[in-house]
Amino acid sequence: MSDGPVISLADVTKVYHMLAEDVVALDHVSLDIAHGDFIAIMGPSGSGKSTLLNQIGCLDKPTSGDVLINGRSIRQMNDNELTDMRRDTIGYIFQTFNLIPLLTAYENVEYPIILRDKTRAEREKILGLLQTVGIDEALAHHTPSELSGGQQQRIAIARALVNNPDILLCDEPTGNLDSKTGTQIMEMLRTFNEQGKTIIMVTHDTRIAGYAQRTITIQDGRIR
Amino acid sequence: MAGDIFVSLAFRSVRLHLLRSLLAALGIVIGVVAITTLGIMGANLTLSITAQLSSSGNVIMISPYSGGGRGFGGGGGAEGTNLNITQSQLQEIERVVGANQVIPIYSSSDRITVGPNVGRASILGLKPDTVQDILVVTDGTFLKGGDGALVGPTLAADFSLKVGSRIKLGTDSNSTKSVRVVGILQSAGFGGGLSTDRAIVVTDTWYTANYGESGQYQSVNVIASDISQIGTIENNTAKALNRNAKLPAVRISDSGQFLNTISTTIGSLTSFVTMLGAISLVVAAVSIFNVMIMSVSERVKEIGILRSIGTRKSEIRKMFLYEAIIIGFIGAFIGAVLSIVSGYLTVIAIVGNTAYFFTPASMIYIPQGMVIGIATCVLSGVYPAWRAADLDPIEALRAE
Ligand SMILES: Nc1ncnc2c1ncn2[C@@H]1O[C@H](COP(=O)(O)OP(=O)(O)OP(=O)(O)O)[C@@H](O)[C@H]1O
Ligand SMILES: [Mg+2]
Repeated sequence: MSDGPVISLADVTKVYHMLAEDVVALDHVSLDIAHGDFIAIMGPSGSGKSTLLNQIGCLDKPTSGDVLINGRSIRQMNDNELTDMRRDTIGYIFQTFNLIPLLTAYENVEYPIILRDKTRAEREKILGLLQTVGIDEALAHHTPSELSGGQQQRIAIARALVNNPDILLCDEPTGNLDSKTGTQIMEMLRTFNEQGKTIIMVTHDTRIAGYAQRTITIQDGRIR
Repeated sequence: MAGDIFVSLAFRSVRLHLLRSLLAALGIVIGVVAITTLGIMGANLTLSITAQLSSSGNVIMISPYSGGGRGFGGGGGAEGTNLNITQSQLQEIERVVGANQVIPIYSSSDRITVGPNVGRASILGLKPDTVQDILVVTDGTFLKGGDGALVGPTLAADFSLKVGSRIKLGTDSNSTKSVRVVGILQSAGFGGGLSTDRAIVVTDTWYTANYGESGQYQSVNVIASDISQIGTIENNTAKALNRNAKLPAVRISDSGQFLNTISTTIGSLTSFVTMLGAISLVVAAVSIFNVMIMSVSERVKEIGILRSIGTRKSEIRKMFLYEAIIIGFIGAFIGAVLSIVSGYLTVIAIVGNTAYFFTPASMIYIPQGMVIGIATCVLSGVYPAWRAADLDPIEALRAE
């Protein structure tokens, strides 16, 4: 891997064309994130935090400017390449957990491996990973609707980690959890960061932001 | 193994919305049953009629040419028009056909009275020894003479006729014309070029004594001993009897021509009825389409999740197409099983003969119906699947 930044935003602007007016969600944002960084993004509602995360997460393309992930420009990528980037290089953790309702906890974690390798995963690997995030084998065969929010978020983290991505993106990962569970989740994220994952996390909570090495504040689509 | 997870997701979606999926499958069931049953019925009808007709494929039928207008020639004889075949024409036929058997036929139809029941039947007058050659008696004896008569099985059943029954003939209620049943004929369909199932067969002597017209036959059948000679015999007969091409005396036909006409008629009938079946498949397609669109719009959030964690568009499409295929298979399979039942019942009801039901020509309609049913499902799933795959992942994630 090169020594350059894992993620590099160069003059990224994102404009949503609405009927009444154009909404500038990101306004000429430039940002470099190094390998192993743990960054918190803060800012008022509607300031563009999720939009920023979506650009890094290859879910969206900027209106102008460019995002480089491991040196590759996402503007140059087609839909399949962006999709494979999300599958192999990026782990996404959402405020609302977003597990696949039709699959069990075990299958949710196994799913990205099947997508990538086109074959079933080793049982020990999945169960081991679930163990790491604090889900035992009995819970592994429940579907998301049968689990608590904290349990679902643990499974979502295991799913985000299963393909061993370089980057973890978390959009308010503790937003739907009580503070005790939130703390447990944050301790876990800190451990993964110490093991070398680059983490970018959106939060409203300064206490949660305290887990990060660096906090970026964004307002009206601009980094302050 | 590769597409496994999408098949499994599709199965789970079908199971989660079982009622909805089964209702959609029901449309396919109805469509498959309709086209399969109708196809089987048509095939069995064609097969059984063909078999009946080709058993009499060696018969040449000669009847008077009635197209030229009556009594035009006035002189009778070999030339000119006539409503009957004359004795001299018969002799001419016997001369040109050589050793092949010639059967002159008297025929007409009359009112019949059996006890309190009144109806109509055709009366055939034949030489007693020819009767033995071309007809089969299942009950009783052949004609011996006098007022003895053979009756066809359909007529016998309709009027509860038994050996010994008496049938009064004629419109006049005081009529003294009557025959005594001496035998019941085997069902022949169109055997020997004669329709005997609803007929009364009497001796030529009794016929001419009661209906007159001795030596004036309504038709003459020639039975070719070698089926390949039919063309030659027909040509020779035509040359001898229809010397004036503009004014032919007789019409010559064989059951082969008849066979073609009937097959064509059944064929077009079957394809018309099959079209009705196709309409029910269109209705089924609409309902599958509807279910698939519902499935997509209910699962927008899920599609967003799948896309956001690295599922390609093509994989989303596959997942929804599998769902359509699963619904199609369920419908087609149930439809196929029901088609065997309804096909069998329809064949019994309409054809009355299930001898050809399990032949390949008839059974082929089952896999064919299934394939059409599944194809309908897949086609109606294509657009919803594309729509699902083309959703914007961020928009989709925001759903609910
Ligand atoms: N798909 C979209 N279409 C139109 N406008 C959008 C869209 N997504 C975001 N926006 C607008 O862009 C701006 C930034 O939105 P974004 O979701 O990034 O905010 P945020 O900082 O994540 O807010 P919150 O803290 O409430 O999650 C907002 O004004 C929002 O209305
Ligand atoms: Mg947000």
